[in-house]
Amino acid sequence: MSNMMGIIKLDGAKTMLKELSDRRPVAALPMAGRYRLVDFALSSMVNSGIDHVGVLLPNKARPVFDHLRSGKDWDLARHREGMVYLPCDTDGHREPSTLATIYYNLDYIKHSSAEYVLFAQADTVYNIDFRSVLLFHQNTGADITMVYSKASADLPGDAVAMEIAGNGRVNDIAKHLTATKGSNDFIGIYLMAKETFINLVSIAFERGGNDFLLDGIIKHMAEYSIYAYEHKGFVSRVNSTMAYFNANKSLLNTDVWNELFMGENSIRTKTKDATPVQYKDNAHVVNSLVANGCEIDGEVENSILFRGVKIGEGVKIKDCIIMEQCQIEENAMLRDVICDKNVFISADQWLKGSENYPLVVAKGTII
Amino acid sequence: MSKTKCVAMILAGGQGSRLGALTKNIAKPAVPFGGKYRIIDFPLSNCANSGIDKVGVLTQYRPLELHSYLGTGDTWDLDKSDGGVFILPPYAREKGADWYKGTADAIYQNLNFIDMLDPEYVLVLSGDHIYTMNYAKMLMAHRANKADATIGVFEVPWEEAPRFGILNTHKKTGRILEFEEKPAKPKNNLASMGIYIFNREFLDKYLKADAVDETSSHDFGKNIIPSMLKNQAKLCSYKFEGYWKDVGTIESLWQANMDLLQKEPPFSFNSSWSIYSSNPSLPPHYIGEDASVINAMVNEGSMILGEVAHSVLSSGVKIGRGAKVTNSVIMPFACVEDNAVVDHAIVAPHSVISAGAHVIGDQGSIAVVPEGETVVAEKSGQQVS
Repeated sequence: MSNMMGIIKLDGAKTMLKELSDRRPVAALPMAGRYRLVDFALSSMVNSGIDHVGVLLPNKARPVFDHLRSGKDWDLARHREGMVYLPCDTDGHREPSTLATIYYNLDYIKHSSAEYVLFAQADTVYNIDFRSVLLFHQNTGADITMVYSKASADLPGDAVAMEIAGNGRVNDIAKHLTATKGSNDFIGIYLMAKETFINLVSIAFERGGNDFLLDGIIKHMAEYSIYAYEHKGFVSRVNSTMAYFNANKSLLNTDVWNELFMGENSIRTKTKDATPVQYKDNAHVVNSLVANGCEIDGEVENSILFRGVKIGEGVKIKDCIIMEQCQIEENAMLRDVICDKNVFISADQWLKGSENYPLVVAKGTII
Repeated sequence: MSKTKCVAMILAGGQGSRLGALTKNIAKPAVPFGGKYRIIDFPLSNCANSGIDKVGVLTQYRPLELHSYLGTGDTWDLDKSDGGVFILPPYAREKGADWYKGTADAIYQNLNFIDMLDPEYVLVLSGDHIYTMNYAKMLMAHRANKADATIGVFEVPWEEAPRFGILNTHKKTGRILEFEEKPAKPKNNLASMGIYIFNREFLDKYLKADAVDETSSHDFGKNIIPSMLKNQAKLCSYKFEGYWKDVGTIESLWQANMDLLQKEPPFSFNSSWSIYSSNPSLPPHYIGEDASVINAMVNEGSMILGEVAHSVLSSGVKIGRGAKVTNSVIMPFACVEDNAVVDHAIVAPHSVISAGAHVIGDQGSIAVVPEGETVVAEKSGQQVS
């Protein structure tokens, strides 16, 4: 039992994800063979002892309901508290926004027995123990703690950079169009007392604000003591097609695979009763992640295969992300391709993207 | 509680002594199978898929792991407000406590459980068979035949018939005329699958009579069925066509795993008849740069850096660089270290085959590495069963 309540935001920077986020919020993006992005934030919360989580409902919420259901797979289907969906009911008074959704659910949040609110944008791959963040927050006496990691390279796509003093206090926060290598890259996680959270949201929203960070925090920097907590483990923000491609492929590094999935705190997801993978006589798979339910009779290299993918004889797949239930028929060749769910590639087709510009095949396409 | 048509009773208390080291710490029904499953997943999934949602599981030998695995029954979608999985170990009464003395005695001691659910029919199942079967169809045949009891039968090759309990039946009606346990000269090749449907009052009567018979060994095959036949009760056979395997021995357990690797597997796990099993939170498995995996089944959370051929690998298994695993069953979280060689073997959960060690069995004598054991290189070539 924790004295933190979790709040999860499911939509993120969409523009650079193109087709992948056409019909789903970013947090519902399939990830790492059997997960969706939201699993990382949600599992981290549950593993940190948080057993009360509010999920802010975005547009196109169906994949969210389908995936999270009652919260049972995260042990969040509880008699008391557990997981709750927070819809955006503004009664037409205001444009829907994250801030509006929180504001119109503040009465619910007020009634939580938790002392602290951990607010996370679920568009990032990580496995964090938020209890360490809470300890840091209590030790620094901060009003607000924001979690960041050092950007490992120059990364395109929206970024929030923080200027941090020697004692960990945040001097400046700015939204950029790209992240530069070595910058303090904010990863969308805030921790603060519940009262602070409620005040911050009320003040910002009641004065016409729409954006939690811009209107709630950056405009009021002087009024709060904000500290930054560095997460030193693996982090990958998914804010563009390229970032999505790279985030998946970085899991082919066994150190990352071990850190994220095989430690004490596991990443949980919706279970699907898929069978173990069947490798046939002509299978040749190297440096790849393969999820249950797959049947493989071809060549697969440097790739991620999601659940229930079928790879025919003579197929050659290299540097690809193949999502759930795709079927690749005999002798097809794919390189640098992202196939969204239920894609069918008929025999002998050749598809090629580029290392820095993967070809995205939209959900349900038949080629 | 709504009226119950049929309650299933799964006999899961046996020691499974012929599985040797594999059942040292766990009951036979809890033994891992097919990379992801446990043996008991098959009767439980069959029940769920057949619409039987009240299932008693009779446990006795080393039940700890089995009990925790059964949990609320949610794995098989059996966690219902008006049904579910009921764990039935032996318990004490005013006049003392008894172990289950045989399969019939186990059901007899739980007649009050059956009374509580008040079903019309009782389906008795074994917890150690691999098969997919629609019990609803068997129940329909039982009702159509107006039988007192129906026994599931399976056609075995004539030369193997002496190893089974053989039912001699009327060719046309399928009515059972005679039951012979392991006959030297079989008159028929229909083997009992250990699957019985009884009319509840009929079963009740025979179990109560058997309980006071001091000469009885309280076994369905040895006592109850012969006594029913002697009294000319209407016992019918129900012929099952499909894959069915008793996995009571090391060799048959190994063979049933290998059967999954056939070009046309004996049954499809991916069909509408799902076999349910617990889904631990493990990632997709990783196949390394120099690895080779052919003709194999591999479950989640495994890391394969060496060579795997014609084998079944469970969750969380590690196969080191240069290691070779062939014709083997590797159970959950076992580790085959670099350059180790495993052939014709069953490697039990959490065991370690150290770097360079060899574990080699052959078709007739499968090597077994017991749970948690570490095989070191000096022992190479030696069979550790």
